Amino acid sequence: MAKQLNVSLIGNPNTGKTSVFNRLTGLNQKVGNYPGITVERKEGICKLARGVKAHVLDLPGTYSLNASSFDENVVIEVLLNKNDKDFPDVAVVVCDVENLKRNLLLFTQIKDLGIPTILAINMSDRMKRKAISLNIPELEQRLETKVALISSRNNKGFDELKELITNYKHLSTKPCVDASVIAPEYFDRLKRTFPNQDLYKLWLVITQDVNFGKLERKDFKGVASFETESKSNLKRLQQKETIKRYQFINETLNETLDVDTANAKDFRSRLDKILTHKIWGYAIFFGILLLIFQAIFDWSSYPMDFIDSSFASLSEWLKNSLPEGDFTNLIAEGIVPGLGGIVIFIPQIAFLFLFISILEETGYMSRVVFLMDRVMRRFGLSGKSVVPLISGTACAIPAIMATRNIENWKERLITILVTPFTTCSARLPVYLIIISLVIPEGRVLGVFTYQALTLMFLYLLGFGAAIFSAYLLDKVLKIRSKTFFVVEMPNYKLPMPKNVLFTVVEKTKSFVLGAGKIILAISIILWVLASYGPGDFNNAEEIVRESAMGMDTPEDEIETQIAAFKLEKSYIGILGKAIEPAVEPLGYDWKIGIAIVSSFAAREVFVGTLATIYSVGSEEEETIKNRMAAEINPANGMPRFNFASGISLLLFYAFAMQCMSTLAVVRRETNSWKWPMWQLVVMTVIAYVVALGAYQVLN
Amino acid sequence: MPTIADLNKGQRAIIKEFSVDLVPLKLLEMGCLPGNEVSLVQTAPFRDPLYLNINGSHLAIRKATAMQIEIELIP
Repeated sequence: MAKQLNVSLIGNPNTGKTSVFNRLTGLNQKVGNYPGITVERKEGICKLARGVKAHVLDLPGTYSLNASSFDENVVIEVLLNKNDKDFPDVAVVVCDVENLKRNLLLFTQIKDLGIPTILAINMSDRMKRKAISLNIPELEQRLETKVALISSRNNKGFDELKELITNYKHLSTKPCVDASVIAPEYFDRLKRTFPNQDLYKLWLVITQDVNFGKLERKDFKGVASFETESKSNLKRLQQKETIKRYQFINETLNETLDVDTANAKDFRSRLDKILTHKIWGYAIFFGILLLIFQAIFDWSSYPMDFIDSSFASLSEWLKNSLPEGDFTNLIAEGIVPGLGGIVIFIPQIAFLFLFISILEETGYMSRVVFLMDRVMRRFGLSGKSVVPLISGTACAIPAIMATRNIENWKERLITILVTPFTTCSARLPVYLIIISLVIPEGRVLGVFTYQALTLMFLYLLGFGAAIFSAYLLDKVLKIRSKTFFVVEMPNYKLPMPKNVLFTVVEKTKSFVLGAGKIILAISIILWVLASYGPGDFNNAEEIVRESAMGMDTPEDEIETQIAAFKLEKSYIGILGKAIEPAVEPLGYDWKIGIAIVSSFAAREVFVGTLATIYSVGSEEEETIKNRMAAEINPANGMPRFNFASGISLLLFYAFAMQCMSTLAVVRRETNSWKWPMWQLVVMTVIAYVVALGAYQVLN
Repeated sequence: MPTIADLNKGQRAIIKEFSVDLVPLKLLEMGCLPGNEVSLVQTAPFRDPLYLNINGSHLAIRKATAMQIEIELIP
């Protein structure tokens, strides 16, 4: 077999790098994580000419090789370590034709590493409209590389790009900027100490702030002595280097790039006038949020009803067609209802990621950052905290990772600590089912349903709790750090359907698979615990019939009583009864208590757990919702899920830190157990107290 | 000397120098360096942050940072 080519895709954020990746690899891609760190790793296979295949790695977007986050660090690690299995045979630097000047900075750095580097200039479809013309042969000569003019939107130029990749051996590996001229004496000393090393690589290793994982500094023995140069001196040299590079880029582009600035009043500035307007900007942002919630609640209810009833029928069908026995019961009463409890939320999660990825793709998210920065700063946050808080509505884990681009550590820490208050998609299952049980139907102004408004309120409550606790933390935490903030305002783009679709499918898949595993395991455990028990459990039938003797109880009533009695005497019943005193003041019974405890693994387990508990011993085909609605509180004969206990549950889930994975990510991002433990204790206490108060007042 | 924070919307200027010793490297990497042309595109309420066009790249910075970047207006 021919050797596979290693290709690294590198580029600034907002250059359409991901769509280039999608074009190159098609559906042949895999998304995972780099070992040990939570940085997304995307790789795929690209078919080249003459049967050659290329392994394409889509590296995280970065503005330069001076890493200031884990994501950017990955780029350096791959590019500096020749023994890394991902070390590229050829690097493809993706640039946006409208931002060539800034994009070329990264290109010159990578070129200087001595890696064959192709310059792929993307979005060439916009050149005509923007009156941009490029002298490609001249550019190729000055940068000593090959240039591919591509458009991932129109699928143009990719054959040429693939051709260049195939023939990478013909590319020059000469550097284009000599970094050592910024401090000749210093670099001279470096060269004498390490005669066999590449100077620019050494320089990069010395100046990085981030800890290197695989690529440890001891690989370059003696490098430490060069750090004796004071930190600020090194920083000054890095600045000199950057200025030097820009000089080179300016000279190059002066000769090769021509932009007719006459049509400056373009689409972009007209749209910015509205979207970042002091009043309209905020009104539009709020309107978009409202639209998202309406979609999540109202529009997705149709596919959800269908999924719910399908799983109920599947369960019933399995029960009837498989031979009777424990195994059939395990599948029909344990696994299928448990899985149904997760599959049902696919429509909503897909909607949520659809909106989030459209907002990101269009470039609108940066405008929100700009609009919100001043407001957020009042609460000790940054405008960039808006992105984590909004993506927190999908999942707190990527949201907490998205805080990495917040430059100020205090603002970043506060954002990490408060993000779990925002309503993540895992809370949705719990909210939705309880809202549909306890909030009446009907519409306000004939448009928004009461139920959608309740959901909106819960989201606002989450945001409110996040903002308010940020305000308190800002006052309490004594951390001094430099305030600094810079955000790119990318061009507006029409989202590419293919990119959006990829994101939605990928995120939904990982949500379902990730949660699915936990839910499957918990469903099995719960079913076993609910289907077996000590002592009275095994004589349930006799005990119930004995006590019913003489009374004129109909047979099916007795059956129900037996099932209820069995559940109470099962292992899970005994466990549940033990914790009942703690949850009773909040209006819950032991079944809900068990669901809350098991949902600590992940919130959405709550619904699956109740589905499993309720379906054990029940004969009829029923949806989860109907089962919950049928639950009666024996103390007062009222439905178990009434307005008071429902609101109490909603509030509990609004505030509680019910997610192990989030704690693990917070631990990793803050590098200490102190902060996640704080979060866990404080949020649980708040949740308990608020739920208690609500139930006692409403009941 | 005027700074970026003094710019009016639509006004153009050339970045002269930074009044602080250690400029955040990221700012330079984003193209905000002496000699480059800057203009104010849009301001958020209270004129903070500022949405700038620097040499064709668009970025937003806070007022506090803008006040450290000295400029010379283009008449």
